[in-house]
Amino acid sequence: MIKEWLFTTDHKRVGILYLVGSLAAFAVAGIVALLIRWELTGIGETIGGVGPDDYNFWLYFHGAAMILAFLIPGLTGFLANYLVPLMIGAHDVAFPRVNAFSVWLFWFAIVIALLSFVIPDPPDIMWTGYPPYSSEFSPGNTAFYVFTVHLIGFSSILGAVNFLCTVIYMRAPGMKWNQLNFFVWTILGAFVIQLIFVPVLASSVTLLLTDKYFGTAFFVPANGGDVLLYQNLFWFYSHPAVYVILLPAVGVMMEIISNMSKNPIFNYKAAVYGGVWGVVVLGSDVWVHHLYTSGLADWIRIGMMVTTLIISIPIGLLIISLVGTLFRGSIKYSTGMLYATSNLFLILVGGLTGIPLAMTSLTLHLAETYFVMAHFHFIMGIMATFAVFAGIYHWFPKMTGRMYSEKLGVIGFVLNFVGVNLTFWPLFYIGFLGMPRRYYDYAMFPEFEPFQVMATVGAIVVAVSMALNFYNWIVSAIFGEKAPENPWGSNSLEWTHCQSPPGPGNFPKLPKVSSKWHPHEYKPQVIEWV
Amino acid sequence: MINRVLLLAAIVGIIVFGVLPVGAEDEVKRAFTDHTEEFHKVWVHLLWDIGIIGGIFLILSIYFMFAYRRKRDDQIGNGPKFTTMGMILGWALIPSFIFMADDFYLSAQGWKLWIDQRTVPENAMEVEVTGQMWGWEFEYENGAISDNDEGLVVPEGRPVVLRMKSDDVVHSFFIPRYRIKEDLMPGRVTYLWFYPKDKGEHVFTCTEFCGTNHSEMWGKVKVVSQEEFDEWSEKNKG
Ligand code: HEM
Ligand SMILES: [Cu+2]
Ligand SMILES: [Cu+2]
Repeated sequence: MIKEWLFTTDHKRVGILYLVGSLAAFAVAGIVALLIRWELTGIGETIGGVGPDDYNFWLYFHGAAMILAFLIPGLTGFLANYLVPLMIGAHDVAFPRVNAFSVWLFWFAIVIALLSFVIPDPPDIMWTGYPPYSSEFSPGNTAFYVFTVHLIGFSSILGAVNFLCTVIYMRAPGMKWNQLNFFVWTILGAFVIQLIFVPVLASSVTLLLTDKYFGTAFFVPANGGDVLLYQNLFWFYSHPAVYVILLPAVGVMMEIISNMSKNPIFNYKAAVYGGVWGVVVLGSDVWVHHLYTSGLADWIRIGMMVTTLIISIPIGLLIISLVGTLFRGSIKYSTGMLYATSNLFLILVGGLTGIPLAMTSLTLHLAETYFVMAHFHFIMGIMATFAVFAGIYHWFPKMTGRMYSEKLGVIGFVLNFVGVNLTFWPLFYIGFLGMPRRYYDYAMFPEFEPFQVMATVGAIVVAVSMALNFYNWIVSAIFGEKAPENPWGSNSLEWTHCQSPPGPGNFPKLPKVSSKWHPHEYKPQVIEWV
Repeated sequence: MINRVLLLAAIVGIIVFGVLPVGAEDEVKRAFTDHTEEFHKVWVHLLWDIGIIGGIFLILSIYFMFAYRRKRDDQIGNGPKFTTMGMILGWALIPSFIFMADDFYLSAQGWKLWIDQRTVPENAMEVEVTGQMWGWEFEYENGAISDNDEGLVVPEGRPVVLRMKSDDVVHSFFIPRYRIKEDLMPGRVTYLWFYPKDKGEHVFTCTEFCGTNHSEMWGKVKVVSQEEFDEWSEKNKG
């Protein structure tokens, strides 16, 4: 049984392995987040015996794990693996063994990341790993960071090749590009970004490694290197990486919102070609907005202010389609739909607070404060996380054949939503007043203490809701009621043509789609097979 | 037809909002502009801007979410069908032009403020700032020296320019009160300027992660009268 799972090449099991790994990372990084919040409730040392070095390691782990080991694998590993072949009517991915290898690499990366809890010199370089601190001065073990990035990056590149091939060559007979599920489009966009940009990230951290352990001087100014080189390379990948997270998150929202309002996607073509591909193209030339205060030439900061602001156009098209899909719909609320619709609020808050951060003259004040922290938590920490949760709930009957408890799900959702808002709104406020990020202590701003306390209370509420969610999933997967074949009345192939859970090979025969079929139409329709 | 009218309106919008503010330099030029004050004007504009956009989308979403709940189990949605090219492009291009107009409008505001922030007044007092793990050193034109315990002491009513460098890792010098920060990079000199109009004490902090005691790299900007400053800098010489 265990062997069957470990050596599986079935995309559905690989997907579940990704899910388990990324939720494990999420749980550990979440507990660490609670510790961080707890430490910040009071000025000075709040948890007995916890000094700045512990805090810095926690913060490093929280950031790196949440982004590299939870969000990216959760969205492009778990959801893509489980859903893409089913949605396009394929038996599996193009290279099933390569796929299995990717998930192994991902698990190795998680093991390495977790080992940093037991080694004597854990990394403390934050998830951005800026030299020369990381390469010359940090007492921590930078290699653990570099190898984690290498493994996850390699895993992701393999995934990208695999999924691009799968969607290009293995769609069901008759399926045209304009008949793809919206989620499949967002995965294509995300993997194009990964394929182009991950190698840049890999090279930047490799140079860090050679600087630290082999005495090279890529980032040592005294020997002719340049510390800005790293920052440019790092963000050249890591800004597009936020779209690797954003796009599939929007994809999940769009699927669920369309399905639960039984409405075709509002202006599907504009959302795909303008929204998804607009983000992919424009998102690649805005990275300098992460370097607004690092002493680059003044003119390039102005140039990238304009390009960054222009991103609001494709993002705007995506939001119009999300909201428009509700218009004249027939909306029913499930737990998944609650997460998906509340995400409309979160994507607005997160996206619109990105606008001041795009303006270099305002960022002169806002950069590296809690304002930035609240911004990217709204968009990634909450919106993208809600998307993963929405996905788990919505496709839970598909994956397990059983129904989760809707009541627990709704209670968990309400607590979650209240908790995150309680946590992050105060941080916007004190961020604007000057509270810097990555601070163990804030003795200079004693007046911020009540806000920090409020944020910690919020975090505890979130933790309770997480416990409910995990309990709901685990118990329902084993004891839940048997789920109906197509509980949400979807018209997408994974619901109309497969069992729940789908057997080996997914489809009894290959489904065939006619030119009138569309996954986001909800007219009753006839099942066709090759 | 209606699409074309809206398109035209969007183009006019771009011109009005995007280009005019750059040209409309109506204020009488002082020797310099206090960019901290300008910051607030831009910030308030911006809050209105994102508040209106966010408000429209949010109100629509919430209205739809309640108004279109499912009434019968077999009911399906009745949303608009995008069958004609005109409709697809209209709903893509018109909003795009509106967003773009707003982007250019904000860019123009940001750019104007940016010029003020980066143009150092000629009569500015120069202070050399050095960051190291984990403290600051300030060196004045007359050779006076200060650090983060003593504070960055400056006279009121005269712009101050900081020439900044780092001895080890990347740091960043941030004065929330004056809405400015810039990194200190090994191997480079960066600058910032501000206008300490009134007497008072304001926090400055390090805002680029620099290791164990990053959160202890803070102190106060102390704005004092010219006489107090002269006395202080004489005392701290050498
Ligand atoms: C939509 C998905 C988005 C995601 C996932 C995202 C994520 C992030 C993250 C992780 C950071 C912090 C990086 C760090 O310093 O460690 C950040 C900062 C930033 N974001 Fe976003 N963001 C998103 C949307 C936007 C939008 C729509 C804008 C602007 C139009 C924007 C503009 C910025 C800027 C300019 C910064 C840099 C701020 C600074 O360092 O001072 N972001 N974002
Ligand atoms: Cu970015
Ligand atoms: Cu620092």
